[in-house]
Amino acid sequence: MNSTSDITPEAAGVIASGHSKAQSFYWSLRRELWENRSVYVAPLIVAAVELFGFVISTVGLPERRRAVLLLDPAKTRSAIEAPYDIAAVMLILTAFVVGLFYCLDALYGERRERSILFWKSLPVSDRTTVLSKTSVPLLVLPLVTFTVIVATQVVMMLWTSALLITHGMSPGSTWTYVPLIQNSFVLLYGLAAIALWHAPIYGWALLVSGVVRRATFLWAVLPLIAAAVFEKITFNTSHFGALLKDRLLGFGPNAFAFGAHRGVAIDSLIQLTPGRYLSTPGLWLGLVFAAVCLAGAIRLRRYRGPL
Amino acid sequence: MNVACIEARGLRKTFGTTVALDGIDLHVQEGRILGIVGPNGAGKTTALNAILGLTSYEGELKVLARDPWRARDELMRDVSFIADVAVLPRWIRVSHLLDYVGGVHPRFDRVKAETFLSKTTITRTRKVRELSKGMIAQLHLAIVMAIDARLLVLDEPTLGLDILYRKQFYDSLLNDYFDRSRTILVTTHQVEEVQDVLTDLIFIDRGRIVLECSMEEFESRYAEVMVNPEQLAAARALNPMHERPAFGRSVLLFDGRNRDQLTALGEVRRPSIADLFVAVMSRPPDTAPARQADQVGVAK
Repeated sequence: MNSTSDITPEAAGVIASGHSKAQSFYWSLRRELWENRSVYVAPLIVAAVELFGFVISTVGLPERRRAVLLLDPAKTRSAIEAPYDIAAVMLILTAFVVGLFYCLDALYGERRERSILFWKSLPVSDRTTVLSKTSVPLLVLPLVTFTVIVATQVVMMLWTSALLITHGMSPGSTWTYVPLIQNSFVLLYGLAAIALWHAPIYGWALLVSGVVRRATFLWAVLPLIAAAVFEKITFNTSHFGALLKDRLLGFGPNAFAFGAHRGVAIDSLIQLTPGRYLSTPGLWLGLVFAAVCLAGAIRLRRYRGPL
Repeated sequence: MNVACIEARGLRKTFGTTVALDGIDLHVQEGRILGIVGPNGAGKTTALNAILGLTSYEGELKVLARDPWRARDELMRDVSFIADVAVLPRWIRVSHLLDYVGGVHPRFDRVKAETFLSKTTITRTRKVRELSKGMIAQLHLAIVMAIDARLLVLDEPTLGLDILYRKQFYDSLLNDYFDRSRTILVTTHQVEEVQDVLTDLIFIDRGRIVLECSMEEFESRYAEVMVNPEQLAAARALNPMHERPAFGRSVLLFDGRNRDQLTALGEVRRPSIADLFVAVMSRPPDTAPARQADQVGVAK
C-alpha cells in the first residue's frame, strides 16, 4: 500500500464504485431507450392521431362554441374540456400498454437474442440492470406521457384559438374553461398515483419476462384469468377478479374525490386526495408485491443464461 | 512473475444427474494463453461459465484472487469475455454501443476501439443487424481489445466465420492485445488456427481434464512418425499412443520417445493438436469410446 497516499485502495474502490453505479444506471437507462423507441414513439403517434382527429372535429367549431356558451357554466366547461380530457386519457392508456409490453420483453428479449451474454460481460450488476428497466414504466413513461399530453393540449388550444379569431370570436372561452396550469398539476399527480398503483403489474410482468421461455404475455395473463375462473367455479365468488379490477382502476377512487355530476372529471384541486391515497392499504400491499417481484427478477437474472 | 490468474481445486458442477464438471484442478498463471479443447458437451463452456461467475459450482475457485460467483460484479472490471459469436445486441447502433461500453466500463479506451474499427469497413452509424457475421465479430473484438482487462475469455469466438476473419481475429489478438501480462483463455473447435497462438493446452472430456501441458512440453513430448512399411512392427513395439493410416502408410503418434529412435523409423514431424486430441480421446477404448475426428474440426 502506498503510505504517501491519503486514500486507501479500499476507499478509492468504494468511491469509484459509487460513481460508476450511478453512471451504470444512467447508461443502462439510455440503453433501454435506444432499444425501446416505442416508449416515446408510441405516445407521439397517438398524439399525432389525436391532433389530426381534433382538427377535423373543429370544422364548424365557431357556431358550436356560440351555442355551448349559452349553457350553464358547468355544462359549458364540460363541453369545451371534453376533447382535452379524452386526449389525456388515451395517452395515459397508451403509456400503460407500452409499459406492460415493455416489461414483458425486458428480461426475455435479451435472453432470446442471446445479448445477455454481452451485457453480463460488462461490470453492470443485475440489480442495476433490473432497476433501470423498472424505471422505464415507473419514471420515464409517466414523464414522457406528461410532456406529450401537455404539448398536445397546448397545440389543440392554439388551433382552437386561431380558428375562433379568424371567425371574429374571442379565444378567451377556451383558455378560461381549460385551465392548463391546474390541469397539468392534476395530471402530474394522477400520473404519479397511477405509476405507484400499477407498480405491482409492471413488477409481475418483469418477473414473468425473466422466468418463461416463450409466450410472455400468455404466462403473465392466463394464470390470473385461470385463478379467477377457478374461484368462480369452485366457490362461486369473484374476489380475485375484483382484486384484479381494483389493481387496474383502483387508483381513481382512492387518489381523487370524483364529483357527483361529471363522472371522473376533476374540476378543482380540492378533489385531489393524496392523504387518503397514501393511507390506502392496497397501495402499500401492491408496492410490497412489486418489490418482491423485482427481487425475484434480479435473482433470476443472475442464474439465467440465453434461451 | 508467477501470479495465479485462475486457481481451481475440485471444481464440480452437476445439472440434475448430469455431471458437467467432475472435479477439475486448474492452475493458470498470468500471462498465459490457454487453449481448452474437448468434444461437444465435455464441460468446456461450463468451466468457463464458472470462471466468469455465470454459474454456481462446488469446490474451490479463485479468479484474480476473487470468488467469481460471489464477487462477479467487481470481477467483470478485470475480466472481459466473448461468450459466443454474434451476441452483440442486433438493434444497437455501433456508435451507441461504444458510448454504452465507455459509460459503464471504467477501463474502456474509446480511442483504441475507434482505431481498431478504422481498420475495418464498419461505420459508426450502422446497426449491428446490418453487419455481416464477420464484421460483428470484428466489432466485438474491437470492444474487448479496448478494455484493459487482466483476463480475457473467448468461448468459440470465431465459430462460423470464414478463414480470413478467423486468421485476422487471432492475428489482432496476438499483435494488438496480448502483452504477456494478460491472460487469455480460449476454447475452439478450430484447433489448427490456435496451435501457434497458445502457450498452454488442456484437453477436457466428460468433465475431467485428460491432458494438460504447455506448448513447449507439447513440442518436446509428442512426435508423429510416418512409418516406413518395413519398420511398422518395430514402430508398434515402441507403444505408440495412436495409429492412423495416411496415403497408404501408417502414421504413429508417440509420447516421450527419443527423437533419434523415431527418426530411424520414418519421417518425424510435429503432431497437430487435433491429431493428439484424437489420439488421447481414443486411447483407452473401454473408458473413452473412439470419437469422430470431425468433432474437433480436423477436417482439412
